[in-house]
Amino acid sequence: MTGEMLIILALVIPAVGAGLIGLTSWNANVRESVTLVTAAALFLVVMFILGDVLGGQSVATGAFEIVPGLELAFNVEPLGMLFACVASTLWIVNSIYSIGYMRGNNEPRQTPFYMCFAVALASTIGIAFAANLFTLFLCYEILTLSTYPLVAHKGDDNAKAGGRVYLLILLGTSMVLLLPAIIATAVIAGTLDFQVGGILAGKAPDGIIALLLALYIFGIGKAAIMPLHWWLPAAMVAPTPVSALLHAVAVVKAGVFTVVKVIVYVFGVDALARAGNAEWLVWVAGFTVITASIVALRQDNLKKRLAYSTVSQLSYVVLAASILTPISIVGAAMHIAAHAVSKITLFFAAGSIYTASRLTEISQLDGIGRRMPWTMAAFAIGALSMIGVPPTAGFLGKWFMLTGAMNTGQWVAVAVIIVSTLLNAGYFLPIIVQAFLKPPGKDVKAHAKGEAPIPIVIALTATAGGTVLMFLFPDIPLALARLLAGV
Amino acid sequence: MIADNLPALQVVLPLLGAVVCAMLRRGTLAWGVALIVSLLMPLCAIGLLLEVLENGTISYAFGGWPPPIGIEYRVDIINAFLLLLVSLIGAVIMPYAKSSVEAEIAPENHAWFYAIYLLCLCGLLGIAITGDAFNVFVFMEISSLATYALIAMGRDRRALLAAYQYLVVGTIGATMYVIGVGFLYSMTGSLNLVDIAGRLADIENSRAVMAALAFLTVGISLKLALFPLHVWLPNAYAYAPSMVTSFLAATATKVAVYLLLRYYFSVFGVAVVFEELPVTEILLFLSLAAMFGASIIAIFQEDAKRMLAYSSVAQIGYITLGIALANQSGLTGGIVHLFNHALMKGALFMALGAVFYRIGTVKIDDLAGLGKKMPITMGAFVLAGLSVIGVPGTVGFVSKWYLGLGAFENGWWWLAFLIVISSLISVVYVGRIVEVVWFRPISQAARSAKEPPLGMLLPTLLLTAATVYFGFDTTASAGIAGRAAELLLAGLR
Repeated sequence: MTGEMLIILALVIPAVGAGLIGLTSWNANVRESVTLVTAAALFLVVMFILGDVLGGQSVATGAFEIVPGLELAFNVEPLGMLFACVASTLWIVNSIYSIGYMRGNNEPRQTPFYMCFAVALASTIGIAFAANLFTLFLCYEILTLSTYPLVAHKGDDNAKAGGRVYLLILLGTSMVLLLPAIIATAVIAGTLDFQVGGILAGKAPDGIIALLLALYIFGIGKAAIMPLHWWLPAAMVAPTPVSALLHAVAVVKAGVFTVVKVIVYVFGVDALARAGNAEWLVWVAGFTVITASIVALRQDNLKKRLAYSTVSQLSYVVLAASILTPISIVGAAMHIAAHAVSKITLFFAAGSIYTASRLTEISQLDGIGRRMPWTMAAFAIGALSMIGVPPTAGFLGKWFMLTGAMNTGQWVAVAVIIVSTLLNAGYFLPIIVQAFLKPPGKDVKAHAKGEAPIPIVIALTATAGGTVLMFLFPDIPLALARLLAGV
Repeated sequence: MIADNLPALQVVLPLLGAVVCAMLRRGTLAWGVALIVSLLMPLCAIGLLLEVLENGTISYAFGGWPPPIGIEYRVDIINAFLLLLVSLIGAVIMPYAKSSVEAEIAPENHAWFYAIYLLCLCGLLGIAITGDAFNVFVFMEISSLATYALIAMGRDRRALLAAYQYLVVGTIGATMYVIGVGFLYSMTGSLNLVDIAGRLADIENSRAVMAALAFLTVGISLKLALFPLHVWLPNAYAYAPSMVTSFLAATATKVAVYLLLRYYFSVFGVAVVFEELPVTEILLFLSLAAMFGASIIAIFQEDAKRMLAYSSVAQIGYITLGIALANQSGLTGGIVHLFNHALMKGALFMALGAVFYRIGTVKIDDLAGLGKKMPITMGAFVLAGLSVIGVPGTVGFVSKWYLGLGAFENGWWWLAFLIVISSLISVVYVGRIVEVVWFRPISQAARSAKEPPLGMLLPTLLLTAATVYFGFDTTASAGIAGRAAELLLAGLR
C-alpha cells in the first residue's frame, strides 16, 4: 500500500468509526466493539506507517489547494510519527478503560461520547501528520470543537461552566493569536509548509520574529503555558477517560507538539539560537513549570492536582524545545511520549478510585492501597515517572533535557528542572505514602470495597507496564526523536 | 435565440410568474409556478456566468434601443456572480417554502404571497443586472415594496410595525439614492452607468459630484444595513415569515452591497472614492463598529431570530471592511463573504424556520433540549454557526483569511487582530445556542418536536453542506470573487 493511502486510511478510519458508532447506538455491545475495532485498525495502520518511516521512506499525500497559499496536505515526519504512535496506542487502552468507566458509573449519552472521542482521535492524527500550518490549524480547531461536548458531558452547571472556559480559551487563543501569526507567516515567508531549517529563518527582522514567536507560543493555548493554562483544570469536570486520553495525551500533547513543530520547522532551531530570540521562552516555560507545581502541591482534589501537574509537565516540553539544541529537542520529543503514558496511568488510577469508591479528594485516600492494590501500584509507577525516577519513562526525557541545558550552559533551565523535580516528589510521594503506609481512614473504610471493574484494572496495568517498558526499550521513540533532531 | 435574450429572461420570467401567481388564486398552483420560475433562474444565471467567463462583458440593449439612450443590461463577472447567488438561494428556498408558508400564512393569502415574492426576486435580480442608474431605482422600489408586504405577512402582529419601520427607512434610502442619481444626471447628462463613468472622468471633481457620492452612499447604506443605519433590520428579520427572513438575509443586503461596489469602483473609481475622500476611514470605522457593536448586541438577545439578525449586521461589517481595504485580497474577502454569508445565514435562518414550524417559537429558552428532538436540524444549525465563527474548513474561514491577508497587505496589523477578535464574539452567541440546545433539559415547548418534513430539511441541509463544501473547494466562490475584485480594482478608467 502506498504511503498516501495509509495516511488517508489513518484519517478516515476514526472518522468512519464515529459514524458507525452513531449507527450502532441501539446495542451497547456492538457499539463498543466498533470503538475497539476502530482503535485497533487505526493502530495497525499507524504501525505500517511507522515501518515506512523507520525504513527511511517518505510518507506524504498530495496537496489539495483551497485558495492560493492554503493547502490541505499531510506529510509524516518523525515527531508527528511519534505523536501518532502514542495517541493511537493509548486510544486502544483508553477505549477498554472507557467501557469499564462509562458502564461502571452509568454515565448518560454514551453514544455521542464515543463518537466525539473518535472524531477527536481523527483530528489528533490529522495534527500529527499535517504538512503545513493550515492543515495543522484546521485539525487543531476540530480537536477543540470535538472535545468540547466531552468536557461538558455531564450537562450540570459545573460542567457547562467548565465547557465554556475550555471553548473560549482554546478557540480564543487560536483565533486571536495563532491565526494572525499564521497569516503573518504566510505573508512573510510566502509558504506555510513545514520545512527543515524553518521557513521564517532569515526572512524577517529579529523583532518581528520575536513577536511572531510570542503569538505562536500563547496562541497555541493547548500547550497551557501560564497564564493561559486555566482551561485545563476547568476541563477536569469531564469524565475521567476524557481527562486521561484527551487532557493527558491528545489535546495537551497536540499543544506542545505544535509548539515543538513550530520551533523546529517554522522558525528553525539554529535561526532562533543565533538570534537569541527565544531566551524569554526559557523563563516563561520555567515559570510555568515551577508555579504549576506549587499550585499542584496545594490541591486536595486528585484530578485537579493531576491537572496542574500536567500544566507543569507540558512546560517541560516547551522548556526543552526553547533550550534550542538538538539534544534537548530529543528530550522534548521523548518527554511528549513519556508523559503521555505515565499521566494516562495516573488519570486511570484516579478514575478507578472514583468508580470503585466515589472518593475524589486526596485527604480521603488514607490506606486505600490495601483495598485497591493494582490501582495504587500503577499510580505509584506513574508518579515515579512524573518525578523522573528510573526505571520509568519519565527519566529519559529529563535526562536529555538536563544534558542539553548543561551543554549549552543554560543554568536557569537546569535549576528549573532540579527544583521542579523536588516539587514533583513533594506532591506525589505523600499520596503513595498515605495510600500504602497509613491505616485505612474512615472514608476508605466506608466506601472502598475493592478494585474497580476488570476493564479499568486491565487498562491501568497496561499503561503502568508501558511506563516501565518504555524505559527498558526506548529504541523506537528514541530513533524517531533522533531523526527529528538530526543527531 | 434564448441564449441571446438570457439577460432579459432573468428579470422578465419572475415578473411574468408574479402575474400568473396573482391570477391563479390557488396556493398550491401558485407555489408550483413560483417553483418552476425559481428553478429556471439559476439556469439563466449559469448561462450568463459561463458566457461572461468565456467572452467577457455582455451588453444587452433592452427593446433594441442602444445605450446610452435606451436601458442597457450589462453583465460582467461581478454581477453574474451575484445573479447566480440570488437565483440559487431562490431555487433552494422554494421547496422549503411550501410547508413553511402553509404553517405561517393564512391560506387565502398564499397565492398573493408567492406573487409578491416573485416580484421581490424580480426586483433584486433587476438591480443586479441593469446598467442604468434610474432603472436601478425602479427595481429597488419593486423589491422594497414587495419586501414590505412580505414582512407584514408575518404571523406576529409586530410584523406590521416592523414592515412600517422598514418602509419609512427604506423610502428615505431610496430617496437619497434618487437624489444622488439626480446629481449625477445633472453633471453628466446620462443615466447609463458606464456612460456616467466615462463622462465623470472628464469633469473636475465638483461639489455636486461629491454630493452625489454622499447621497448614494447613505442611500445604499440604508439598504445594506450598514451600522448604524441598520435599525430596521433586526425587527424586519425577526417578525417576517421564516421563509422571507431566510431569503432576505441571504440576498437583499447582498444586492445592496453590490450596488455600493458598482458605484464606488466602476462609476466613481478608486481614485475619487478612496483617495480624495475619507471613505476608507469612515467605512473602516463603521465596519468595525458593526463587527463589534452588533455582535455584542447579538449576545444579549432573547429571540434566536433577532440574534441572527444582529449577527447579520455584524457580518455585513466584514463585507464593507473588505470594500474599505480596497486591495486585491481584502476586496476578494469582501466579495466572497457576500457569497459565504448568504450560504451560512440562509442555512441558519432555514434551520430556525424549521424549528418555528415544529414548536411555533424561536425564543432561546424554548429551544432548550431541542438537540435530542431535532438532531439533524440542530446539527445543521451548529455547523452553519461554526461557519459564522469562521472555523477552518468552513466558508467563514475563507472570508476571514482573505480579509486578514488584505489587512496585512495594507500594513494594518492591528486590523487583522480586530478581525479575529470580533469573530471571537460570535463564539459566545453561537456557543450559547449550542449549550441551550444540547445541554439543557427539554423545554415545555420542545416536548413534542420532531424533525421537519423533508421539503424543509433537505434545502437546509443542502445550504449547510455548501458552507462546508465551499470551505474546501473555493474555485467557484473565492476564485470568481478574486477575478471580480481584479476587475473592480482596475476600474473603468
